[in-house]
Amino acid sequence: MRIYAFAVYLFLYIPIGVIALFSFNAGRHASQFQGFSVQWYGKALSNPFVVDAFKTSLTVALSSAVLATLFGTTAAMALQSVKGRLRIAFDALIYIAVMVPGIVIGIATLIALVTLFDWLNPVLAAVWPLADGAPKLSLGYGSLIAAHGLFSMALVIIIVRARMAGMDRSLVEASADLGATPWGTFRQVTLPQIFPGILAGFLLAFTFSFDDFIIAFFVAGSQTTLPVYVFSSIRRGVTPEINAIGTMVLAVSLLLLVTAQAILQRGRQAG
Amino acid sequence: MQRQDLRTWLLLVPAGAWFLCMLILPLIVVFVFAFGERGAAGGYVPAFTFENFANLGARWTAFKNTLILAPLGTLACLLIAYPLAYFLALRASARWRTLLLILVIVPFWTSILIRSYAWIYLLGGQGIPSLLNALGFGNPRLINTPFAVLIGIVYGYLPLMVFPIYVALERLDKRLLEASSDLGSPPWRSFLQVTLPLSMPGVATGSMLVFILLMGEFLIPAMLGGGKVFFIGNALVDLFLQSRNWPFGAAVAVALVVVMLVTVAAYLRFTRRWAGGRDDVSLM
Repeated sequence: MRIYAFAVYLFLYIPIGVIALFSFNAGRHASQFQGFSVQWYGKALSNPFVVDAFKTSLTVALSSAVLATLFGTTAAMALQSVKGRLRIAFDALIYIAVMVPGIVIGIATLIALVTLFDWLNPVLAAVWPLADGAPKLSLGYGSLIAAHGLFSMALVIIIVRARMAGMDRSLVEASADLGATPWGTFRQVTLPQIFPGILAGFLLAFTFSFDDFIIAFFVAGSQTTLPVYVFSSIRRGVTPEINAIGTMVLAVSLLLLVTAQAILQRGRQAG
Repeated sequence: MQRQDLRTWLLLVPAGAWFLCMLILPLIVVFVFAFGERGAAGGYVPAFTFENFANLGARWTAFKNTLILAPLGTLACLLIAYPLAYFLALRASARWRTLLLILVIVPFWTSILIRSYAWIYLLGGQGIPSLLNALGFGNPRLINTPFAVLIGIVYGYLPLMVFPIYVALERLDKRLLEASSDLGSPPWRSFLQVTLPLSMPGVATGSMLVFILLMGEFLIPAMLGGGKVFFIGNALVDLFLQSRNWPFGAAVAVALVVVMLVTVAAYLRFTRRWAGGRDDVSLM
């Protein structure tokens, strides 16, 4: 049994390890390791396409995670006191957002936004008051952030709610009985208790957006996120440079995941 | 009370509006487009026709591949995940359990793109095939085969299967196993008659999650199937990004969602039945 478990862990981690190992390969070929070198990292980091894609991914992940955390947390808090039909409707929305596959979300966002923009752009051009021409609405940062934010928000709501379920309601009541304003109670009682959930939700939302390929593939428009760039490079052939980028991407997600996990664990012990 | 209602509403509005604009409306658009006609330069022309649905047979290969490999991949995940979940829930020492569990979940949250790329590396000509060749097993072709896609699927979705089964096994009342062995059952019978039935809800949840995600998979077949193993997801990418036949693509997407809904409905019926079974057990 133990040997079996060990074998499964090997299966899970060897491929990741191979990628990381060969990113330090001095040679070009995948077949043999020709000595240690960081040249492929240097090459990847001095490639302007990689740097641009990385910046786009970072901007999108940060913006969508911040917005999703903000609105997701407020929604989770409000849902505590909501019952009846509205509650059922909201639960259904969260459920749909998580269950509908990314590819369908990507397609739906693509055709809905392109149709909307095709319809809005002439209107905008007609009513634009300045002489320099109206801005043309198109897919890009906005659509990426909006589409990633959707899934992330559902994620944050689920995590924060789970955290609230384990919270001691009597503290909130005690605070109110002792004369604290709702805002004071929130800041001094509720927030410290649910903060680990919020932070973990933020980190997972960031990780999701940073790693997402399929939604970005449809709605990125003229922008290129790092996964989209990596996908198109792989189609052109396997190079150690991709290994270096891949290792960095994995390292970023691993760092964030370990942080999120540590926060949740510590919160659990404290709560 | 009025003020509190207003505050609740204000807190809910941003998230609610986001869900409506970015989820519900776009899904409605897909549904409406599925009944439309294709424009001369691609895109969409309003119409009401069932032609797109009648044409679904043109993409039959993609549906067939998905409907064969998705259940097969789910089954493979299940067979590999169950013993691991069993080990984690009932055999691993409490000291290591959390760490081992985290080690299972972590890969799921890292880029599936990079993890599939790792298998291009391993299954490609210079990876495992050359190793097998050196050992005298000939030079088998592994990459760009259904087998490679299956490996990628198991690799990608194993964590998602382990977790629900683990949760079900972990909740299992250990006294039932003791009772079973005290009453003279050999371990394999205790497993078949106590452990396995009680872990079925976890098996069902894991299978449904993996199956649903597999139905919409694009990346793994695209990267490890080399364009020969074509899923519905690959057909969708082709229809929307290459041939720009939106109405037909929308019809394929609607068909995909319908198949998924049927699966979820079957799952809900199944788990309800098992929940009923569990009540009987607890009554004893």
